[in-house]
Amino acid sequence: MASRTASKDIITLRGSAAIVSEFFGYAANSILYNRAVYPEESFTKVKKYGLTMLLTQDEGVKTFIASLTSQLSEWLEAGKLQRIVLVIMSKATNEVLERWNFNIVTDAEVVEKGAIKEKSDKEIMREIQAIMRQIASCITYLPCLDEPCVFDVLAYTDTDVDAPGTWVESDAKLISNPQMVKLHSFDTKIHKVDTLVSYKKDEWDEEE
Amino acid sequence: MDAGSHSISSEKSRAAAPRPPLQEAGSRPYMPSLSTGSRNPSAKCYGDRFIPDRSAMDMDMAHYLLTEPRKDKENAVGVVASPSKEAYRRLLAEKLLNNRTRILAFRNKPPEPENVSFAEAASSNLQAKPAKQRRHIPQSAERTLDAPELVDDYYLNLLDWGSNNVLSIALGDTVYLWDASSGSTSELVTVDEDSGPITSVSWAPDGRHIAVGLNSSDVQLWDTSSNRLLRTLRGVHEARVGSLAWNNSILTTGSMDGKIVNNDVRIRNHVVQTYEGHSQEVCGLKWSGSGQQLASGGNDNLLHIWDVSMASSMPSAGRNQWLHRLEDHTAAVKALAWCPFQSNLLATGGGGSDRCIKFWNTHTGACLNSVDTGSQVCALLWNKNERELLSSHGFTQNQLTLWKYPSMVKMAELTGHTSRVLFMAQSPDGCTVASAAADETLRFWNVFGAPEAPKPAAKASHTGMFNSFNHIR
Repeated sequence: MASRTASKDIITLRGSAAIVSEFFGYAANSILYNRAVYPEESFTKVKKYGLTMLLTQDEGVKTFIASLTSQLSEWLEAGKLQRIVLVIMSKATNEVLERWNFNIVTDAEVVEKGAIKEKSDKEIMREIQAIMRQIASCITYLPCLDEPCVFDVLAYTDTDVDAPGTWVESDAKLISNPQMVKLHSFDTKIHKVDTLVSYKKDEWDEEE
Repeated sequence: MDAGSHSISSEKSRAAAPRPPLQEAGSRPYMPSLSTGSRNPSAKCYGDRFIPDRSAMDMDMAHYLLTEPRKDKENAVGVVASPSKEAYRRLLAEKLLNNRTRILAFRNKPPEPENVSFAEAASSNLQAKPAKQRRHIPQSAERTLDAPELVDDYYLNLLDWGSNNVLSIALGDTVYLWDASSGSTSELVTVDEDSGPITSVSWAPDGRHIAVGLNSSDVQLWDTSSNRLLRTLRGVHEARVGSLAWNNSILTTGSMDGKIVNNDVRIRNHVVQTYEGHSQEVCGLKWSGSGQQLASGGNDNLLHIWDVSMASSMPSAGRNQWLHRLEDHTAAVKALAWCPFQSNLLATGGGGSDRCIKFWNTHTGACLNSVDTGSQVCALLWNKNERELLSSHGFTQNQLTLWKYPSMVKMAELTGHTSRVLFMAQSPDGCTVASAAADETLRFWNVFGAPEAPKPAAKASHTGMFNSFNHIR
């Protein structure tokens, strides 16, 4: 029994990559739901991280996120992923309205020497839970998206990464003069993920 | 990507990069300023959220500002950049932000969402307009109708405006219909004294059928095109039915016995679900725009959110568990309004000893904001065309207040009623509001302005609509 609990707290590079990419999948779903990029009806509830999370049932979006996370975990295992950005753009004008930044810092020692770190699942889950709660509560201050929107995901990788043919180079899709809010972080001791949302300032606020 | 190297490199850039004196604050690399004292609105202001964590700073922005062609800056100073300066800049950029990253995106883009709802289509029309001008909000009622024998009871719901542009109001034992297009009044039904007075009216979404809740606990369904009683739902409740809400063919009834019942009006055994959670009279009942969630408020100061998906998963005995039980109000919760532009946002107003308007994320159950209005909140309506909320109040001013959302700045206070404004209803085009008050008048207000894309038919009916003082009977 003792050995079992001990082994639970050990975290490998592979396991950490899986946690981070899975986290990103849920976070993306949660953002798409809370920001109403896709209609409310196209989501179903699941229990995850001790919370009720929403997952899209739209086949197209599902496949997109699934193939995305599988590629991400590959890059995470190689330690070559620096950042993931979920961009929300206006469908009509393609103007970037929000950028959800997930900054990833990988412990180089683990990738190069295969060191093993210790951190309990429970603790990681608690950190992720805090981020998820923050994402859900973001509608309190983010400007309303009152037009149909689309989203895209950007991956910032090292230059020497092999990208499969399904990926293309992209521009950074920046927002000029953005407002930024930093959210919680979580750390698997191998990958540290910082979350930040930047958004276009609501012009409508300044009228007053 | 460690924090140390960034902090050193940006120190260097600040010290080394020559900066002309007349430079605009905006073309500097992003450095959030701690001083929020600048009141000048034209000055670049990065807001109130200073983020001291360098690792989470947007280095992309810094990169962009450092590498973009400095046309504007040079024009301001009036010198063309010398090649050496340009070379220096490039070198600096390379040193500081050397291309360590590739930005990749999937070739296959995610599918575009279809237009979610009517509300979103309406607001994209709004987007097309280049500049929004301030609209005039008339301070007085456009029209006043007499409403004698209107029951002065906070817990009832006696006014509704159907999709056919006909207003229904219950006065005592009688339901009257007032056609807003023609201004004509007709009587739908007078119930006998032992089953009256009427405690609630609600138009079905089709604008043809109307549900009438009675003091005797019965609910009648009427066809207004033929003035015929279609059916009576009996035995559903043990006390008066003060609140009604439609969700397609489901008529949800809320009663003084604390029960909320979903009735499928198409089938013989019409009771399909019962929601038990209130211990006192249910006075507020509203389905969300998507028909996924039902909000109910009661005299027990409780607000419940019920979810359709939870109901279907538990068919046993028709008893259901609420998704959220919200206990923040300190008086009866009657005023409920689902936001038309954000699907999981609900506004609620509390009674005399609470006086607050609260906003909820109904997905998480979190209270997003609470505003003390200083007076009993009787009814709430969202503007379908703008991000605004209208509330109606009781003592002391008996006013209607228009709030800007989300800042909750008061935009207008409309006075005129001499007693509490019990009920409000919105015209199908969303621009006119009818309010019925305990002073036995029904007043019409052009408070929400014209929709961005006016429908010619609706417009024509409105110009001829408000011209005289009429009696409803």
